[in-house]
Amino acid sequence: MKYIEPHGHMVSRTTDDYERMALAGCQAICEPAFWAGFDRASAAGFYDYFRQITDYEPKRAAKFGIQHYCWLCINPKEAEDTKLADEVIALIPQFLDKPGVLGIGEIGLNKNSRNELVIFEKHVQLAQDHHQLVLIHTPHLEDKLKGTRLIVEALRNFPKIKPERVIIDHVEEHTIDAVLDAGFWAGITLYPESKCTPHRAIDMLEQRQGEQIWMNSACDWGVSDPLAVPKTMQQMRKRGWSDDMINKVAWENPRAFMGQSSRFVL
Amino acid sequence: MGFMDSRSKLIDLAAFLDRVQRAGQEGDFRVKALKQAIQVLNSDQPQRAREVLMSFSDPTADPIPKAMTQGAVGAYSA
Repeated sequence: MKYIEPHGHMVSRTTDDYERMALAGCQAICEPAFWAGFDRASAAGFYDYFRQITDYEPKRAAKFGIQHYCWLCINPKEAEDTKLADEVIALIPQFLDKPGVLGIGEIGLNKNSRNELVIFEKHVQLAQDHHQLVLIHTPHLEDKLKGTRLIVEALRNFPKIKPERVIIDHVEEHTIDAVLDAGFWAGITLYPESKCTPHRAIDMLEQRQGEQIWMNSACDWGVSDPLAVPKTMQQMRKRGWSDDMINKVAWENPRAFMGQSSRFVL
Repeated sequence: MGFMDSRSKLIDLAAFLDRVQRAGQEGDFRVKALKQAIQVLNSDQPQRAREVLMSFSDPTADPIPKAMTQGAVGAYSA
């Protein structure tokens, strides 16, 4: 069964992963800009990174028959340095017209600091000014609840940003309702230890009847599974989900959200 | 559905607490948070996963002045 991987950091994955994902039915991968695992030394580092995910990575994915899309931003972990962040944000507009760019992301918060919030809001302003979709990262572990609340509250200051054009990712049981009830899309991330298991993801999907939700692996340079989505689809089958229901979450939902960008063609 | 997996995880949890106690680390705030979260499992409402996550979470509302670290540790310490 075909599926979309809506959140995969493929710059940190090998061609083995692309091959396995293609074999598993992946038709498209969407790659948000993120933290490399270390703090980049300058805006030039981001410039090259943006070149990599807008130009080179789509070519690498295409060799496996997979379409590649991306999002741009300076990630929350590096947003404490506001001077650097401003320089990076200033670079983004020149990349927005690249063929596979879907919008601004993954912006958000990390430790819920004042500077992180300022930079988050600058990104949202950028998205508003350029009519871009927004993909948001919510903090890890004990910081997630507070960060989600701060994010939802901050978004209220941007009335021109339509909730249905924003996805708040990495939701868990204690944050999903606040996100969906405010009209935003929610992403459930299938990542070992720090995020959700397949069963927990399916529980949440069942409780919210799959509305405006996608699931993703957020595979990156850490211990993570680029096949987390098809493996969860398998669990869905075991739990009695029909093909239509599985297709809605794994294909139709991400397609519906990202199809709001004219660049997403699938 | 999932009983054997959950049983395995519960035994792992129990073994972790035994190990921590033998190592004299029961005072660690994360261990205390874990024991607090375990109490939630006794609830008769189907919100246990949510409540466990809530019990580990930072309950404050205001942004912090400055991020002094980049990582999270899994439990809130005031």
